[in-house]
Amino acid sequence: MGRLSLGANGRIKARPSPPIGALRLVTSRPELFVDTVENAAATPENEQPYAALGLKPDEYEQIKQLLGRRPTSGELAMYSVMWSEHCSYKSSKIYLRQFGEKTTEASTKNLMVGMGQNAGVVDIGEGWAVTFKVESHNSPSFIEPFQGAATGVGGIVRDIISMGARPVAVMDALRFGAIDAPDTARVVHGAVAGISSYGNCLGLPNIGGETWFDPIYQGNPLVNALAVGVLRHEDLHLANATGVGNKVVLFGARTGGDGIGGASILASDSFEEGGATKRPAVQVGDPFAEKVLIECCLELFAGELVEAIQDLGAAGISCATSELAANGDGGMHVDLDSVLLRDPSLTAEEILMSESQERMMAIVAPDKLDAFLAVTSKWDVETSVLGEVDDSGRLTIDWHGERIVDVDPTTVAVDGPIYERPVARPDWLDALQADTAAALPRPSSGDELRHQLLALLGSPNLADPSWITDQYDRYVMGNTALSFPDDAGMVRVDEESGLGFAIALDANGRYCQLDPRAGARLALAEAHRNVAVSGATPAAVSDCLNFGSPENPEVMWQFVQAVEGLADGCLELEIPVTGGNVSFYNQTGDTPIHPTPVVAVLGVIDDVAHRIPSGWQDEGDNIYLLGVTRTELDGSAWADVLHNHLGGLPPVVDFAEEKALASLIAAGGKQSLIASAHDLADGGLAQALAECVLRFGVGARVWLTEIMERDGVDATTALFSESAGRVLVSVPREDDVRFRGLCDGRGYPVLRIGVTDAAAPALEVQDLFRIELDELARVHRGTLPAHFGPTVGA
Amino acid sequence: MTRIGVVTFPGSLDDRDAQRAVRIAGAEPVALWHGDHDLHNVDAIVLPGGFSYGDYLRCGAIASLSPIMADVIDAAGRGVPVLGICNGFQMLTEARLLPGGLIRNDHGSFICRDQRLRVENTNTAWTGSFEADQEIVIPLKNGEGGYIADSETLDRIEGEGQVVVRYLGTNPNGSLRDIAGVTNDRGNVVGIMPHPEHAVEAGFGPDTPAAMRSGIDGLGFFTSVIERMLANA
Repeated sequence: MGRLSLGANGRIKARPSPPIGALRLVTSRPELFVDTVENAAATPENEQPYAALGLKPDEYEQIKQLLGRRPTSGELAMYSVMWSEHCSYKSSKIYLRQFGEKTTEASTKNLMVGMGQNAGVVDIGEGWAVTFKVESHNSPSFIEPFQGAATGVGGIVRDIISMGARPVAVMDALRFGAIDAPDTARVVHGAVAGISSYGNCLGLPNIGGETWFDPIYQGNPLVNALAVGVLRHEDLHLANATGVGNKVVLFGARTGGDGIGGASILASDSFEEGGATKRPAVQVGDPFAEKVLIECCLELFAGELVEAIQDLGAAGISCATSELAANGDGGMHVDLDSVLLRDPSLTAEEILMSESQERMMAIVAPDKLDAFLAVTSKWDVETSVLGEVDDSGRLTIDWHGERIVDVDPTTVAVDGPIYERPVARPDWLDALQADTAAALPRPSSGDELRHQLLALLGSPNLADPSWITDQYDRYVMGNTALSFPDDAGMVRVDEESGLGFAIALDANGRYCQLDPRAGARLALAEAHRNVAVSGATPAAVSDCLNFGSPENPEVMWQFVQAVEGLADGCLELEIPVTGGNVSFYNQTGDTPIHPTPVVAVLGVIDDVAHRIPSGWQDEGDNIYLLGVTRTELDGSAWADVLHNHLGGLPPVVDFAEEKALASLIAAGGKQSLIASAHDLADGGLAQALAECVLRFGVGARVWLTEIMERDGVDATTALFSESAGRVLVSVPREDDVRFRGLCDGRGYPVLRIGVTDAAAPALEVQDLFRIELDELARVHRGTLPAHFGPTVGA
Repeated sequence: MTRIGVVTFPGSLDDRDAQRAVRIAGAEPVALWHGDHDLHNVDAIVLPGGFSYGDYLRCGAIASLSPIMADVIDAAGRGVPVLGICNGFQMLTEARLLPGGLIRNDHGSFICRDQRLRVENTNTAWTGSFEADQEIVIPLKNGEGGYIADSETLDRIEGEGQVVVRYLGTNPNGSLRDIAGVTNDRGNVVGIMPHPEHAVEAGFGPDTPAAMRSGIDGLGFFTSVIERMLANA
């Protein structure tokens, strides 16, 4: 029995049956046997455990055809992880192409690197570029929340480093089960502590993100981590293995037995209830090793000592060698005995599949090797030369002096299987969409509306998430211009000019359940608006598409709708999608999660001094509502919290309007006419008003009458509708005329709905109700601590 | 110009921030490397925040044995001003340059918040520009910031005025007697848990009643040592 088996050491619990019987089935003395290329050719009849490794019978046949023989056990290990859904995008590829195709000259003019590399790169001017990406680490974070979430941060940060950039910020989008469900606290405590521990120890400010609780994520929480890096244009590096004779160098942490099959077994399958634990397939992180690796890589780039650096994430050495070789112009030879091991008893197959963290692979010119080794030695980073780039066109790997892998690297890394999965519009959808919120009672009395506002303000998804965000360092690096609780995070890039970027993450699984296309577009619109209200101009998009099993035609339909919606939306906004990640198989039993496409929008601001906060700071400013309120309560937080209702159709999105809104705020921000701006989304105007009061503790008097008259809506709708394209701004009195002129000139709907009041710290909605600041704060801040423990200073 | 060294250890995080603070305060920052035996003749030394050596063993324990620490201890003995911030404070207690020690926050989690403090000793090399009992707000961010010492030591350092800054309002980590920072008996070595280097530049510090992120109360630590150097010159 070999090591990659179920039972004896319990390392991989792949599927309930059969025992994989190892990758070394062919001998009674497994410890001495190496399945060489020669042996594979000579023993075509040998049975191989491809199914246990996640390959389908026809995929296994395809591998045999490509090679003209059965794969060796090492090759089988490589193909199984690289052809996994997680690594190969085999179910999503045909749809993701739209992101590259639906572009205009304007949308790609600042795009330096698009999809396909480790992360996209955008020119932000003054010789600077920004690279960013959001990625999922969902399954590991359920099984082992602390390590799963921690290594999620670690993995995305290594993607950023490999582009030649210095990572400067992280963010996360989290989805947990019901806040009061017994298992939720375990996952919340673990995941938040994992992100906190890893991100803080790397010295990266966590500048925002979002957290949702919903029973649909009970058995399948989502942990999506985003990282942003900055670089000078000339420092851009692509992960390609070129230059015959250049060395292939592995450096960083030693390779161990953790995370074997993480990509193929965890991320590309659904959990079986009552099945065996998959905990050993979760990677274990060491943030200190990664911090040292960051500094080491940046010094290697700065000294021009590397041709390329590729991070080792999913599929480990299999992925790094095959991708580097496939992106290069020749071939590559690697001697696997040179890999430094944490556990000397690992088999070749395990070494190829291990997802041990904090490792990097570099391509180094021979004459620079000594200088390279001097840098890694300065940082106490262990390094070994594994092989070199050659002109064979093949990826060859030796082990104990024998050839165990001889493949065309593109067949492993690029030309994996592509599926056109069956797609079917769910037959339950019509009934769901017909069940609108119109039948839900809408109160008109002040007391009832006051009660509803407070119920929403303290509901888990709208409550103050400080319990989470206080565990993250938002100050480190000294360039954080905005972070939670403002709508977007903002970081200064250039200390002289003040040039910076803003970034926001958004998703709304409820809207996507009602209509995945509209839901994805709403997420894009909201992230776009969140960046716009900070004063920045949206410039690029990354996405993390979280869905159920692609083998379910209804899920596939949701996926196709969401991707089309996003791609079309980006085309209308004329901003490019620079990269992202697809996470399938998020479901419990046969029940998929709500489709949850998480959208990250990155914006640019010439000088972060012009940033706009999200709340009121000054007495006597006029409060304006930009945009129109429609009766759009279907799928809203109001329908959820007060009526436990999900049905109908999501709000409409008009990207031309969103664009006009963003440009209006950017202009107002630049002229310093706008004292604050806050996006209206979940919870509508009521939530935005409360948050604007709470931000700096400045109260306001507002009136709804003009909204109700102009837009023909009732008070409930005015307060709680979630119509898109709306922003609440405050304007100093002396800038009032100029601000009105700006809105009129652009024809954007605007209404003055109130005035800030520093003397009376309360939210007063005229003729309806009044809530003191203390009560707002108590309700908003109490919810998470009540479930997870007190916050310091509360 | 006053030259202030900032030591980078493996796992230091706020080293560039400390250098920026030194520059904004009007001195020249000098990058020092933990593995060298060379202080580059600096006038004062900052041991910055971070997670040196991943906080393995105990926070600051391994770093306190770094080659350069022998030189730092020697310099401290000669009266050279040394400021340890957060992880730097932990190193100074591990190196026995300061009394007491730092343990895991009593609530068990990492905490990042804008912290009110009172400066109680303005005679140290790093606090001379503050007024006696001045209240300040600077960011705090730590997982192991609980200050401890035996009661005899606590009484002694209280009696000798070695408590430099104390937490006000909220004790964020269970520090005994709300102690946020201490000094040695000579007043040249200071360790503090909160991060003054993150409150030195308007726009990037804590919120104040006047404006968002406009707090620069941390600057006084760096201007203090510069004034001290100029006065001694």
